[in-house]
Amino acid sequence: MSARAIVVTAGKGGVGKTTTTANLAVALAQRGNKVVAVDADIGLRNLDLVMGLESRVVYNFIDVIEKRCKLGQALVHDKRMRDHLYLMPTAQTRTKDAVTPEQMRELCDQMREQFDFILLDCPAGIEGGFKNAAAGADEALVVTTPEIPAVRDADRIIGMLDSMGKSPTQLIINRYRPAMVQGGEMLSPDDILDLLAVKLIGIVPEDDSVIKASNRGEPLTFKRDSPAGEAYSNIAARILGEDVPMLSMDVRSGRGFIDALKAFLGFGA
Amino acid sequence: MEFLRKLFGGGGSAEDARERLRLVLIHDRSDISPQLLESLRVDMIAVLKKYMEIDETKIQMDLGREKHSVAFVANIPVLRIKRGATAEDVLSPGPAARPAHPRHK
Repeated sequence: MSARAIVVTAGKGGVGKTTTTANLAVALAQRGNKVVAVDADIGLRNLDLVMGLESRVVYNFIDVIEKRCKLGQALVHDKRMRDHLYLMPTAQTRTKDAVTPEQMRELCDQMREQFDFILLDCPAGIEGGFKNAAAGADEALVVTTPEIPAVRDADRIIGMLDSMGKSPTQLIINRYRPAMVQGGEMLSPDDILDLLAVKLIGIVPEDDSVIKASNRGEPLTFKRDSPAGEAYSNIAARILGEDVPMLSMDVRSGRGFIDALKAFLGFGA
Repeated sequence: MEFLRKLFGGGGSAEDARERLRLVLIHDRSDISPQLLESLRVDMIAVLKKYMEIDETKIQMDLGREKHSVAFVANIPVLRIKRGATAEDVLSPGPAARPAHPRHK
């Protein structure tokens, strides 16, 4: 077994990197892959919360790097996906400079033998934390929302990933609101793809279920009864090479011309 | 009219977003370092000197954002146009292959 290592990144904070990592990890595991989700955000641990595994964290990957425990001791097994899904937690009380990119690469190489996929949840920013998280990855997923600060930061990150030789680098557009796009008040996927030199791998609609899921620590892809959960499952399928058409958002979310009109007239969307 | 334009996706704030992003990305991607700008300045002066005398101390140059484009703007005071410049001077190899000062003024 030799894993594909994928870094989930964005540049800007708060666009949904951690939610994306958790949901894709579950969806890839559901499809029979052995997956480890790595929280690469040293000092700001939160992937464990989104995955609902916070009470089971004992060691973290810095303990592994500094040889205080074995790799297997630090991995947290998600029993909902028996033998298929694991979390590699980060340290909450250390800082970004606790590890080097070289050490992160070695850690990933150590995990490659045991897994099909290594997903690395990258911290915001373009400094050490990003470079550490990206170091061990072969491929990259860049998450953006249809807002100009997020798209601008995505452009910067895409440039850096290219120069680091990550390939492919693919884009996820998160928090998409079809009614706003139809009303001409939000950047459309075409607008964003025109501006960024990158291939699109999925569009995730704005969905209240995302917050409910993180409240409960149950990634949406466990149930797949929500538009966002379905979008993440489709992205996982595309990562595996399946040809899944992009959701036609206006139809899937039950919003069309009339809703766009209502939104425009101020009756809410 | 405004109503109809918005209804068909034109004229909304998305259009502003598109235009502002387009410009800011051109600027971000150009990413000209001070060293590169200095090297450009030296080359440009060498080329201009074949044709005119310029005041090298008062050159200003920058990448400027105009309303609908990004422009490289150079403000170079000209002291005198060279009448004596021959086609041979002008067509000879680039400035790097030539001495810093032209043979005749």
